[in-house]
Amino acid sequence: MKIDIAHVAKLANLKLTPKEEKDFEKQLSAILDYFKDLQKLNTEKVEPISNITGLQNVSREDEPKPSLSQEDALKNAPKIHNGFFEVDAIFQENE
Amino acid sequence: MKYEPVIGLEIHIELNTKSKMFCSCSAEYFGADPNTHTCPVCLGLPGALPVANKVAIASAQKLGIALHCENLLSSKFDRKNYFYPDLAKGYQISQYQEPFSLKGYIEFDVNGETVKIDVTRAHMEEDTGKLAHAEVENKKVSLIDFNRSGVPLVEIVSEPQIHSSDVAKGYAQKLQQIARYLGISDCDMEKGSMRIEPNVSLRPAGSNDLPQYKVELKNINSFRFVQKAIEYEITRQTEILEKGETPALETRGWDEIKNKTFSQRAKEMAHDYRYFPEPDLPPYLFTKEYVAELKANMPELPDEKRARFIRDYQLSTYDCALLTTDIDLAAFFEDTVKAYPKGEPKRIANWIIGELLRRLNESQTPLSSLNLVPASLAELLLLTDEGKITTASAKEIFEKMITSGKNAQELIKEFGVEAITTDKLEEVVEMVIKQNDKVVAEYKAGKEQVFGYLIGQIQRQTQGKADPKTAADLLVKKIKK
Ligand SMILES: [Zn+2]
Repeated sequence: MKIDIAHVAKLANLKLTPKEEKDFEKQLSAILDYFKDLQKLNTEKVEPISNITGLQNVSREDEPKPSLSQEDALKNAPKIHNGFFEVDAIFQENE
Repeated sequence: MKYEPVIGLEIHIELNTKSKMFCSCSAEYFGADPNTHTCPVCLGLPGALPVANKVAIASAQKLGIALHCENLLSSKFDRKNYFYPDLAKGYQISQYQEPFSLKGYIEFDVNGETVKIDVTRAHMEEDTGKLAHAEVENKKVSLIDFNRSGVPLVEIVSEPQIHSSDVAKGYAQKLQQIARYLGISDCDMEKGSMRIEPNVSLRPAGSNDLPQYKVELKNINSFRFVQKAIEYEITRQTEILEKGETPALETRGWDEIKNKTFSQRAKEMAHDYRYFPEPDLPPYLFTKEYVAELKANMPELPDEKRARFIRDYQLSTYDCALLTTDIDLAAFFEDTVKAYPKGEPKRIANWIIGELLRRLNESQTPLSSLNLVPASLAELLLLTDEGKITTASAKEIFEKMITSGKNAQELIKEFGVEAITTDKLEEVVEMVIKQNDKVVAEYKAGKEQVFGYLIGQIQRQTQGKADPKTAADLLVKKIKK
C-alpha cells in the first residue's frame, strides 16, 4: 500500500530526513499490508467495538482536588516566562 | 447580482462545574495565576488517565433536552488529533460519531416574528489552554496558561439556516438564556464562557446551494460585535463576489477598534483530524428512564415560564417576555407578588420592568449581584399604599435599595422622605392659600393654570413630601370653602 509519507510526517509534527522518509515509507507500507490480512476475515456477525475494556459509564463526582504547584507544572518545560510556558509566536496577523 | 447570506453558528459554552472535565483540578480558573490549576491529566503528561465528570455529562444532556434534541442512549468520546501549542496532548477529547445530543432546534422571536433554526448537534469536549502573545527579549513569543485546559465545554452547532445578523444574534441570545435557566453555565461572553463562531458565506439570492467557500469568524466577545462582524463580512464578501472573485476560505477575527474583520491566519494547520474512539474512556449507555428523569428534574424553561406568566398573571406577552429574560428576575417578580398582600401583578411588573430592569440594563449588572430581596419591594409598595411616602419618593427609595441593599424603612428614615400626614398637609394647604390670596382669587375667577403654581408652593413647603393627589384634593376642597 502506497503511503504519502510527507503528509503523514506533517500530521505527526515530525521532520524527517530524506533517508528517514524512504525508510519509514517502506516500513509503514509493510505494516499496512500486514493489516490487510485481517480484512480477509468474515466479520459479518461481529459487532463493531470501540473500546475493549468491557467497562461502561465510568465517571467521577464533581469534586475539586488540589492541583500541582505552578513550579511543578512548569518543571519540565524547555522554556518558561512569568509562570507561563513559552513557545515561538503562533500567529501571523495580516492586513 | 443580489446575494443572500448563509450563516451557521458554532457556539461553545463552558460549563460551570466545580472541577474539570477529565480531572479533579478546579475549573474556576478565572483570574487565577497562570498554570496553578493543572495536573498530569490536563497537562497531557504520559500515562495520565482521564475520568469523566458526572455533572458535566448531565449538564450537556440537559442542554440537549432543552434544545429538543434526540438524546443518544449510546454515546462515546473521540480523539480529535491536531498540533497546536494550547493543546497539551496533541489531541482534544471531543465527540464525533456519537455525541450526547443530535438534531434539535431553537425557537425564538426576532422583530416580532418567531424563527426556528435547526441544531445539528450538541457535543461535549474539553477546553484548551489559553495563549497570550507577547514580546520577550525583543522576540515575538506565545505564552501558554493551561488553567483552562480540560474545562468542560458543550459545542452547539446550528444548520446553516440563518440569513441575517439579527437572526444570528437572536439564536445566540436564546441559547444563552436557556443555558442560564438550566444553571449549567454563566454564558459570559466577555469572560469567554460563551464563544460564538459564525461562519458566513454568500450565495446568489434564490439559490438553494451551499456556497463553495466559508469564512469563519472567531474571537468575538459580545452579541453586538457578532452582529457587526457578520454585517461587515456580508459587505466585504459582496464586493469580492461582484469583482467575479471568490472570497478566501479562512478564519477572521474582529477588530473592535477599526470595526472590521481581519484575516487571522495561524501557522499552517492541517484540517485532517483523524478522529478515533478515545481508548481511555469507556462508552456511555443511558436508559430512556434516565433521560426522562433528567428531563423531569429540569427547571421550567423560558418559553414555558413566559406562557405560564401570561396565563397566571394576565400580563401582556411583551411584559412576560421581559420578566422572563432572566430566571432570577422572573423569580424576583413572582416572589414580590407573593410577598405583597394585594398581589397586583401588573403594578409589580411595571416596577420591575420600569425601575429595576432598566437600571440593570444600564449598569450591565446581573440581579444576582445585588443585595435586593423581593420583600423590600413589597414593603415599599405597602408604605406607599398607606400614604407613608409618595410614589415619587418610593421610586427614589427603590433606586437606593438597588444600590445599597438596605430595606425601605431604613432608607426612608435615612433620607427623611416620609410623606407628611394628611393633618399636617391640611395646615400647609391652608397656609399656602392664605399667603397667596391674590393667586387664589385668580383661580376662583377661572384662571385654572395657576393651580399648578399653588401645588408647587405646597410641595416647596413640604420639601416634596406631600402626596400630589392628596394635596390637589385638599387644595380644591379648601378653596371652594
Ligand atoms: Zn487537571
